[in-house]
Amino acid sequence: MADHAQSAPGAGGTRRDFLYLMSASAAAFGTAAVVWPFISSMNPSGDVLALSSIEVDISGVQVGQAITVKWRGKPVFIRHRTPEEIAAAKKDDPQVDPANPKVIVANPAGLRDPQTDASRVQKPEWLILVGVCTHLGCVPLGQKASDPRGEYGGWYCPCHGSQYDTSGRIRKGPAPLDLEVPLYAFETDTTVKIG
Amino acid sequence: MTAVFKNPVIRWIDHRLPVFSYLQHEANDYPTPKNLSYWWNFGSIAGFMLMVMIATGIFLAMQYTPHVDHAFNSVERIMRDVNYGWMLRYLHMNGASMFFIAVYIHIFRGIYYGSFKAPRELLWIIGVLILLLMMATAFMGYVLPWGQMSFWGATVITNLFSAIPVVGDSIVTLLWGGFAVDNPTLNRFFSLHYLLPFVILGVVVVHVLALHRFGSNNPTGIDMKGPQDSIPFHPYYTVKDMYGLGVFMLFYAFWVFFAPVALGDPDNFIPANPLSTPEHIVPEWYFLPFYAILRSIPDKLTGVLAMGASIAVLFILPWLDRSPVRSGAYRPAFKRFFWTLVFVCAILMFAGKYAPANYWLPFELTIVPPEYMAAQAHLESVDALWPISFAGGHFGIQIITLGQIATVYYFAFFLVILPLLSIFERTLPLPLSISKAVLESHGGGAQSSSAAAKEKA
Ligand code: HEM
Ligand code: FES
Repeated sequence: MADHAQSAPGAGGTRRDFLYLMSASAAAFGTAAVVWPFISSMNPSGDVLALSSIEVDISGVQVGQAITVKWRGKPVFIRHRTPEEIAAAKKDDPQVDPANPKVIVANPAGLRDPQTDASRVQKPEWLILVGVCTHLGCVPLGQKASDPRGEYGGWYCPCHGSQYDTSGRIRKGPAPLDLEVPLYAFETDTTVKIG
Repeated sequence: MTAVFKNPVIRWIDHRLPVFSYLQHEANDYPTPKNLSYWWNFGSIAGFMLMVMIATGIFLAMQYTPHVDHAFNSVERIMRDVNYGWMLRYLHMNGASMFFIAVYIHIFRGIYYGSFKAPRELLWIIGVLILLLMMATAFMGYVLPWGQMSFWGATVITNLFSAIPVVGDSIVTLLWGGFAVDNPTLNRFFSLHYLLPFVILGVVVVHVLALHRFGSNNPTGIDMKGPQDSIPFHPYYTVKDMYGLGVFMLFYAFWVFFAPVALGDPDNFIPANPLSTPEHIVPEWYFLPFYAILRSIPDKLTGVLAMGASIAVLFILPWLDRSPVRSGAYRPAFKRFFWTLVFVCAILMFAGKYAPANYWLPFELTIVPPEYMAAQAHLESVDALWPISFAGGHFGIQIITLGQIATVYYFAFFLVILPLLSIFERTLPLPLSISKAVLESHGGGAQSSSAAAKEKA
């Protein structure tokens, strides 16, 4: 250290440069260590995270009906699809490589975010989606029989007119992506655990 | 006067809005007496604590719910569930204590070295105003967690105003927004608790402006007489302040991480219950001396007035202590009375902590109830006891009497001793200049050489 400190400027800096560097880095690390807990306190807290999964009884939902449940503060759509709706969804499916269903080989319906209906459901009659428009976050209409459902019979977002089909895929309007499928599992035939 | 900056952007801005010149002038070049001791660190430490309180407070407020049904639980949620919530809360809770420690030391420093004397009277008065605002802020903050002490502390303190003749009760109703401390009270206290720290911040800015008019006082109490007496604030005092702050932060961290609830009252971990008062109501330690003064006077209105007067005397201190010598270092008699005052404030704090009827046995280091003393003296009833008693060889002073003696000294110091000392005290010769004083104390030179004329401010 001693000869480093004695050396002339240009030959690796002076003792003072070294001290400046050390104090500045200590101050920077110290500040970061203090700022971190403050920022972190704004993230979801333990009690919020503890509420992050729910169980839903779906025994009362008749074919053609839909219910909305709240999960993590957001609506989740659970729709008991009719055979016609399932057929309509399958009709517009993109073609995938049979060896690897993730690879799309053709997209005749011109989907913006091409996914097969099969990849979006666990049981074809139950379509489970996060009911948040992928444009700017409104809740699309279509859960009630009286709601407008758009040209594709799925959902219609009242905010800026995005239209989703019976698989929750985006078909028209400004939204870029299909409605998100949350993590879920059928615990029994009539209860589903979301999250 | 504008400084010259190398950076063209800074130069451009500074030409139009001379903030950088101002900072350069007030924080960099700012000539400061070269003999400031560590007692001068506590102003910047107090400023730092204000920043800490605002920062932790804003983040706590993001998680806190000001409602009687939810406040207590929301604070418990902060402690258990919010990421680092325990740390934010303990920093805030103990930060209030640290803030008061820094400010109290800062005030005693000012009294000892005569920093309140001309031309710094306004600076001093603004400082006392900051103390009052801090007390209001801390009081209202303490109500927010809505524990037993929060609730009953709020009840007792707001009821002080009922001592005011005629309008007292209406004022209390107004403060409460109801007929007891309740949800409206909690809501307004939260609003004001958020507001007042920013008012304090504004007053602190004025305090510093007033300070920079004449600069810091110093341990000799004599004015700077030329460049040989001063050094630039930066880097000399920025470094000294940072060092002192580092030591203070270690002290602060000790409480936060190793004894986070030691300074608080366990009763505040019980949710507020408007139907049952805890056995013994005590304020936080920093209010104890004032609480002791309040209790030492058995009459309600007079007690409240005395408590108010204990701070009011600080406002008029510059006109009570007229001694032309600022620094206590050159005032042998003052010095003794000053340290007695410090001791008396400690006694007041002690007296504020315990139930007034109890007896303190100083030689046995215990506190006993009056019944115990009566039994020792073979007395039928406690009414026959004297406030100072030698019951059965036990020497005891009743807490209230202790508080009364201390209260008398407290006021006598300001209202009698200081004015008399200003006239009768024989002060020591002052050094010729700060520079001389520094050289003499470090060079081992001759004793204070001059019998210089008393510094006339
Ligand atoms: C002058 C500066 C301040 C002082 C002296 C002060 C004092 C206090 C005190 C003594 C408590 C009670 C602590 C407890 O026992 O839990 C408290 C609580 C609280 N303060 Fe402050 N405070 C200050 C600034 C602020 C600011 C600026 C905010 C918000 C912007 C704030 C927000 C809160 C909140 C939300 C609580 C309730 C949570 C808790 O009890 O920990 N404080 N404050
Ligand atoms: S938010 Fe749904 S279309 Fe804009």
